[in-house]
Order: sequence, then structure tokens, then C-alpha cells
Amino acid sequence: MAELLTGYYAYVFTMLLLCIGLYGILFKRNLVKKTIGLAIFQSAVILFYVSVASKWNATVPVKSETLLLSQPELYLNPLPHTLMLTAIVVGVATLGVAFTLMIGIYNRYQTLDEQELIDKLND
Amino acid sequence: MIDSQLPVLLILCYILAALVVPAFGLFREKWAQPIASLGSTLATVLSIYGILMVMHQGPVRYSFGSWAPPIGIEFVYDGLSSFFVLVINAVGLMVLLHSGSTGKQELAGKRMPYYALSMLMLLGFNGILLTGDLFNLFVFLEIASLSGYALIAVGDRPAPYAAFRYLIIGTVGGTLYLLGIGLLYTLTGTLNMIDTMAVLPDLANHRTAIAALALIVTGMGIKAALFPLHGWLPDSYTFAPSVTSSLIAPIGTKVAAYVLFRILYWVFGSEFLFNNVPILEITGVLAGAGILFGSVMAIAQTEIKRMLAYSSVSQIGYILMGLSLANPWGFAGALLHVLNHAVMKALLFMVSGQLRLKEGHSDLRRFHDGYRKKYPWSMAAFSVAAISMVGLPPLAGFFSKWYLALGTVENESWILLGVILISSLLNAVYFFRILEKVYMKDPSKAQKVSGEGAFAEPGAGALVPLMTLAVSLFVIGFANAFIVGYLLELYPL
Repeated sequence: MAELLTGYYAYVFTMLLLCIGLYGILFKRNLVKKTIGLAIFQSAVILFYVSVASKWNATVPVKSETLLLSQPELYLNPLPHTLMLTAIVVGVATLGVAFTLMIGIYNRYQTLDEQELIDKLND
Repeated sequence: MIDSQLPVLLILCYILAALVVPAFGLFREKWAQPIASLGSTLATVLSIYGILMVMHQGPVRYSFGSWAPPIGIEFVYDGLSSFFVLVINAVGLMVLLHSGSTGKQELAGKRMPYYALSMLMLLGFNGILLTGDLFNLFVFLEIASLSGYALIAVGDRPAPYAAFRYLIIGTVGGTLYLLGIGLLYTLTGTLNMIDTMAVLPDLANHRTAIAALALIVTGMGIKAALFPLHGWLPDSYTFAPSVTSSLIAPIGTKVAAYVLFRILYWVFGSEFLFNNVPILEITGVLAGAGILFGSVMAIAQTEIKRMLAYSSVSQIGYILMGLSLANPWGFAGALLHVLNHAVMKALLFMVSGQLRLKEGHSDLRRFHDGYRKKYPWSMAAFSVAAISMVGLPPLAGFFSKWYLALGTVENESWILLGVILISSLLNAVYFFRILEKVYMKDPSKAQKVSGEGAFAEPGAGALVPLMTLAVSLFVIGFANAFIVGYLLELYPL
């Protein structure tokens, strides 16, 4: 149990964030809150990647005189972090489209509440 | 020279068109559609050349910036990719050509951004099909999806809400996929598909790999509208402008199905599929349920686009059922169905969009026998596609169902065989309902309303793509043995 907490706490928090995000997406009626849930959901995955590649007492993977190639544990793997730069950009673009759509919805129906929207759609 | 660069040239066609369309379209809106069609034509020609090249010389691998894989990102243009790329570009081209007439009315004032976005979407789809890198696939997936949401939101009054729901559900799907490949990466240390495939069989019992598989299949199941995850599809297809629905409906879900094929067959491989995880059984059950659910819901609809949307849910079920059978016949049947369904759905959505613009409604109950005289060619094309959907022999639709049925027999999954047969009957119910309205005389009607049957077909620009697709259904039907021969050679397991 202790090992689960010390060794895997990053994964536990990732799962927690994923669940919070999913809760927002599924149960919040306001479209803005749904979008916030979506942003949390995406951030959880981004944090997962970052935490996977984080390391203490290690440095950038550039070969130097003092660091030997035979000690890979002294080097960081930068790939997951760079991947997440792309994923963050994708997330920002998604939020941009989501807010644009919300403006469109509000202009047409004067509400962002899902239940009211569904009622207006069914009329 | 061109051979080794081909995968990138395909993408460049669309990038160029996406940039040139705003440059010209800003001043002359009517140029947007021809330029987009031109970009798509170039890509189609290249993909025809590409599939012939792959047939004769084998796959092409292109490394970006000359960084050798697995360090660098690469494009892999192999048998499966070249088949899907050809289907998608050819059908996309036909839809873009046809949109010349319908788009003028429907997208007035928005044509420039619309066609630029449609080019971006096709770029994303081509990228998904070509890339050999798991993360790169996610980026292309999001390019295609984001432009897809915008294309849907252009439509009717409720369209932005439909697009918003699609955005939320679709992004969750994409993010689950991202989490899945993150888990795979921690396990294998590589994102290259071919490299991952070499490492994974040793890890077949690893829980992380199984979790990754589950996450990826769920994420892509959402994008492909696998049965319980299809909630976004009917509204999006119904409220989108008819150009969008005829562009996304035949192509979008197929690309997600391609990702499932690629990941399950070419990345995880038989070690996972047959021994450890009941992923194929689960997909098979869901696909079978989706086929029946989609067909029954389609019968219940009175709006033609919503009916076609539910029919899409059921047809994607056929493709994923072929995936779940995991034998050569099921595989070939599923891929042949990708081709057939792309052609048929494009045709059906194009004709129904055209009818909706001309008649001002798309209510099935108000269809009448005047259409036969008014739109003789369009309705003929519609009937060909409808009969092919039902699956009558000389037409293409019969053969994909036939090979799928052979696949179920080989696996002795009699329930799925029953599902195919029942669903064909249900298809007949909802398509013959329309054909009956259009081709049978309505006895309850006393006399002709004057001017009802006046010839009102759109111009040649819209009719040529319709006729090409209708004829190609016959051609695919007659050439099925050749196509299936090609597809059977691709089977990897």
C-alpha cells in the first residue's frame, strides 16, 4: 500500500483528474462548465506524460565531458515533454473552437444551459 | 524520384490548396470550390499512381528531415494505406465537384473559409492514413476533427449545438487515445508503429499494454461511432450542411476504422488479439448490436438525413464486425465494405442534400411520385445506391456482405451471420419505402398538380459526379474478385 502511494502517486492523481474532468463533462449542465471539464480531462493526460519523464538529479541529453554515456540515468528523456507542447497547442485549439461554437449557440438560443437548449430544440 | 516522395506530395496537395483557397477566395468567392477541387484532383491522381506503385514495388517509407526511424517521424505508404487513401481522395473529390451547385446556395458568403477548412480536414485524414508514428497520428486526428467540427457548425440552426456535442465527445475520444499511446510509450520507449510491433509480443501479458489497448480501442470507437459510443453522430450528420454530411459521412468514420485496423492488426498483432484480451469478442458483440440498432432506428426516422445517419451507424458496424472476425474473409469483406459504403453513402447524402435544397424539406412522408419525372437521373443514382445498400447481387454492396458472411461462417459465429441477414432485410425496409414513394403511382392522389413533374435536375457539374459514383458501384461489383484478391494479400495475422 505504501509502495502504491510513494511509487505511483502521479498515476493516482492522473486518474483523479481524469475522473473530475469526466464528471464535469457528464454531469454539469452548463456548456462552459462542460468545457472546463474537458480542459481538466486533457490536462490530466498532459500531466501524465510530464510526470512519466520527470527525473531528479538528471540533465539535458547533450553529451559532455563530465557525464558518461554509460550512465543513462543521468540524462533526461525530453521526448514526452516536447510531445506535450504539441498536445497543449491542440488543446488550446480545441478550446478555441468550443468557445466559438458556444458563442454561436448563445446567439441562436440565448442560453448555454443544456436542459433549456434541449427543450428549445424539441419545440 | 517521385516514387519516394509520394506520401508527402499527397499531403502537400491539400496544404497548398488550403493556403491558395483563402488567397483567391478572398476576392472571388466562386473560385474557392474550383481550387479545392483542383487540389483534390491532384491528390486523387497521385493516389491512383500510388496504389499501382505499391502493387508493383512494395511499400514506400519516407523519413522526415532524413532522421531515420524510429528516432524520426516517418510516413509509411503500404498496401492498406494506399487503398484507404485512394478511397478517401476519390470520394472526397466527387463530393467537392458535386458541391459546386448545392454549395452555392447553402454556403453563400462562407465558401472561402468553408473550402479551406474542407481541405484541412482531408489533409488530416490523409495524414492519419499515411503516418507511421503513433503520436503523429493523434495530431492529424485532431486537425481533421477540429476542421470537421467547424464544417458541421455551418449548417442549420441547431448545428452549433450538434457540433459542440461532437466536439466534447470527440475530444474525449482523442484524449483517451493519447493516454493509451502514453502508456504504450512508457512500456516500449518508442512511438514508431513498426518498432512498437517488434517489441510488443514480448509484453503480451503486461497489464499496462492491455490498459493501453483498451484505451485506444475506446477512443477510436468513439471516433468511429461504434455502437454505444455513437451518440454524437445522428445530430451532427442531420444538422450539418449537406456538403459536410456528404463529405464526413462516407469518410470520417472510415478513417477511425482504419486506425483500429492499423493498431489492432499491425501494432498489437495476433499475440494480443487471440490469446490474452477478449477485445475482438467485445468489438464483435458491439458491432453486431450496432448493426441491428442502427437499422431499426433508421426505419423509425422520417427525416431522410437522420435516416441515413442511423444507417451509417449500422454500416460502420459491418466494418468493425469484419475487424472482429480476424480471418482473411472478414478482413477483405470489411475493407471492401469501406470502399462500397464510402461510395454509397456519398451518393445517398449528395442526392438527399440536393433534394432538400430544391424541395425545401427533407421529410420522407412528403416524397411523391413527381420526383421520378423531376429528377430522373438523380433518383436513378439514388436507387442504385439504395439497392446496393440492401445488397442485391450485381451491385457492390452484395459482395462485401457476402465476404463478411463467409468470414462469419469460417469463425462459426452463427449469430453474426444472422445479424447480417436480418440487417439486410431491415435495410430493404427503409430504402424500398423511399423507392416505393418515388417510383410507384400514388393511388390516393386524384390528379396531377400542374408543373409538379417539370424537369428540375441540377447542371452537369452536379450530375457527372453522381453518375460516376453510380456507375462505379457496378464496376466495383464486377471487379470484386480483383479487389478482394488485392485485399486478401494485405491480411497480416
